[in-house]
Amino acid sequence: MKPWMMVFVLWLPFSALAGEAQPVAEDPVLEQRMIKLSEDLRCLVCQNESLAGSHADLAQDLRQEIREQMRAGKSDGQVIDYLTQRYGDFVLYKPPVKPLTWLLWFGPFALLIGAVGGLYSYIKRRGNRPVDAPLSEEEKKRVAALLGNNGNKS
Amino acid sequence: MKRFLIPLGIFIVLVIFLGIGLKLDPREVPSPLIGKPAPDFRLALLSDPAKQLSPADLRGKVWLFNVWASWCASCRQEHDLLLNLSRQGSVPIYGMDYKDQPGDAQAVLNRYGNPYVETVVDLDGRTGINYGVYGVPETYLIDKNGIIRYKHTGPVTQAILDKKILPLVKELQQ
Repeated sequence: MKPWMMVFVLWLPFSALAGEAQPVAEDPVLEQRMIKLSEDLRCLVCQNESLAGSHADLAQDLRQEIREQMRAGKSDGQVIDYLTQRYGDFVLYKPPVKPLTWLLWFGPFALLIGAVGGLYSYIKRRGNRPVDAPLSEEEKKRVAALLGNNGNKS
Repeated sequence: MKRFLIPLGIFIVLVIFLGIGLKLDPREVPSPLIGKPAPDFRLALLSDPAKQLSPADLRGKVWLFNVWASWCASCRQEHDLLLNLSRQGSVPIYGMDYKDQPGDAQAVLNRYGNPYVETVVDLDGRTGINYGVYGVPETYLIDKNGIIRYKHTGPVTQAILDKKILPLVKELQQ
């Protein structure tokens, strides 16, 4: 093989890679809208990633689907409905408020109220203890007796 | 003594909750499609691209819809089980080859055996999205009226088949 052919052959895989680059969106406004929406959506394959940030195959397909639906004039709400009909509320990072999710939404507040109530009653009970009552005469004498000898040393 | 009981109680409750959390499979996403009509499609057959199949053609039958692909390693895990099931003949299995090269899929069936009555080809994954597919293999049980009654994500195991799928099949076939 001649050297120039070698260079050509070695170059081949790189040219193939270049061909696989993702197509640039023709409509940047729509692309922005799509990314903004998909940031609040969960990628089902790698569940801790958003749909916007995931490189999973399914995420790319779903982003394409969202893009096409937006291009067809669908509102954000309609696109979200489309996805939840297929994948359930699980795709939403912000789940809707409904009886099933009440515990999820209001549970932390209920815990907070419970904790504040507990703390309040605890403090109140402690406050009733006669901690700061003035010493009786007898007690004062005892204190004086105990401190009397050492009192001036310190 | 009472002072220690309260933290101990809280601790035990916490352990129980965490224990339940460990048992849950985060990949098991509940499908909103259960109890809903199986999404429609009309796709070419793997065996003969000139012919097409639609769920409407299977009305009146209880059938399993198994989504698989030649590139999917865990599909191989359930393959023998599906072969056995198709030999028993208690429920027909229809396959969908998801985002795959039909040639590769056919090679898998030739090599490991074909449990499917027919396999449809979903080249671009559109039908997969309509079915809420997010990780192959996925298996749906569809009743005589075309309603999805059960969905399993991941390879079907003998336990799932015996405890969930087959009893439900029997019930739906009546």
